[in-house]
Amino acid sequence: MAATVDARGLSCPQPVLLALDAIKTGKDKEFIVLVDTDTSRENVMRAAESQGCRIKEVSSQGEGYSILITKG
Amino acid sequence: MQGKNLFATRGGIIGVGAVIGILAALLQKLGNPGNMGICVACFERDIAGSVGLHRADVVQYMRPEIIGFVIGSMIAAYIFKEFRARVGSAPIVRFVLGAFAMIGALVFLGCPWRAVLRLAGGDGNAILGLLGLTFGIWIGTLFLKNGYNLGRTQATHTTVGWMMPLIMLGFLALMLVFPQVEGQEKSGVLFYSLKGPGAMHATLLISLIVGLGIGFIAQRSRFCTMGAIRDTVLFGQIHLMTGFISLIVFAFLTNLILGQFKPGFADQPVAHTMHIWNFAGMALAGLAFALAGGCPGRQLFLAGEGDGDAAVFVMGMIVGAGFAHNFGLASSPKGVGPYGIAAVVVGLLVCLFIGFTMKRKNA
Repeated sequence: MAATVDARGLSCPQPVLLALDAIKTGKDKEFIVLVDTDTSRENVMRAAESQGCRIKEVSSQGEGYSILITKG
Repeated sequence: MQGKNLFATRGGIIGVGAVIGILAALLQKLGNPGNMGICVACFERDIAGSVGLHRADVVQYMRPEIIGFVIGSMIAAYIFKEFRARVGSAPIVRFVLGAFAMIGALVFLGCPWRAVLRLAGGDGNAILGLLGLTFGIWIGTLFLKNGYNLGRTQATHTTVGWMMPLIMLGFLALMLVFPQVEGQEKSGVLFYSLKGPGAMHATLLISLIVGLGIGFIAQRSRFCTMGAIRDTVLFGQIHLMTGFISLIVFAFLTNLILGQFKPGFADQPVAHTMHIWNFAGMALAGLAFALAGGCPGRQLFLAGEGDGDAAVFVMGMIVGAGFAHNFGLASSPKGVGPYGIAAVVVGLLVCLFIGFTMKRKNA
């Protein structure tokens, strides 16, 4: 089970800040970011890709999305 | 909706900025005030005046663009299944931030949208405003880096998300029931300016259609002027900035074609030349927008897609406009209002207090 960053309910730019924090300081190569709006999904994916990470999988989860990110 | 959102691509956001820039410049040609084709702060201030929350008789008009922004966003959100009613992330703080954002914007005389439209029209004072805006947002990013946040929202009844769109539809209904009457300063319950910027406007239908269109594409693209500067400063992400710059470039080109570009500092439309207060007013607005997570336009679009907290920010701005004119805080072409400087200082202190005290508890 990959580490999970729960960014649901947080407004801009918190989900991106949390995702970038996980990219920079997290120990695992893979981690999941949970978001609850399409805006946050797009922002987190864009930020992760700009850091050289790969978006492995995006799946609907409840009212939001689960984004599986692999560090580059 | 999981499909590719074309509006959120690089080309999409640049296109949206271009459309907004062109439409804003055209609205000036069609009757809106100079360098004020679209100004979210000014137009919300005019709405506050139209319902009598202040009695500054030169800035009273129910601006259909604002109504269109919210409803257009809501239509887009429903079509693309993004409407989500949510609320509960420090609403009263957002209200206060909205009020002081408005006060700061009215010391400068414009929101970030109008700041760039002023620049695109040749108003050099806008440079001071944009520098102030950037400074305020930069302070905001320092708080964000140190864990500042407004807490989480909760999903809620759809009705909650409908409140702001319904308020806007109510405003539109008032406008239809009590239409402007030539030469009369009041029609039913609504005030209508006979002179000044409030008396300058495109026709209701054109304003509404443009507002709906911009609301729709801005919801899809997540266009945000504050976010443009914040993301660039905070993590070197220039996505939103490309849209913001596109707005400036296309508004400038449209102004050139329409003969609306008049470079200079003095005698610019609805502007003053007190550089320090142009800077400081927008610094306050920028900090408040950054702490609230969106520029005034973005707050309207969020309110349209069900964000009840953004709706509270909008109400804060409208009420703040009432205070700004009733208390003599708003500037005029003659310069800052009698209590404008004091209000900027108080506003900055309030924002700093909020920024320092609302830290993440290991979220």
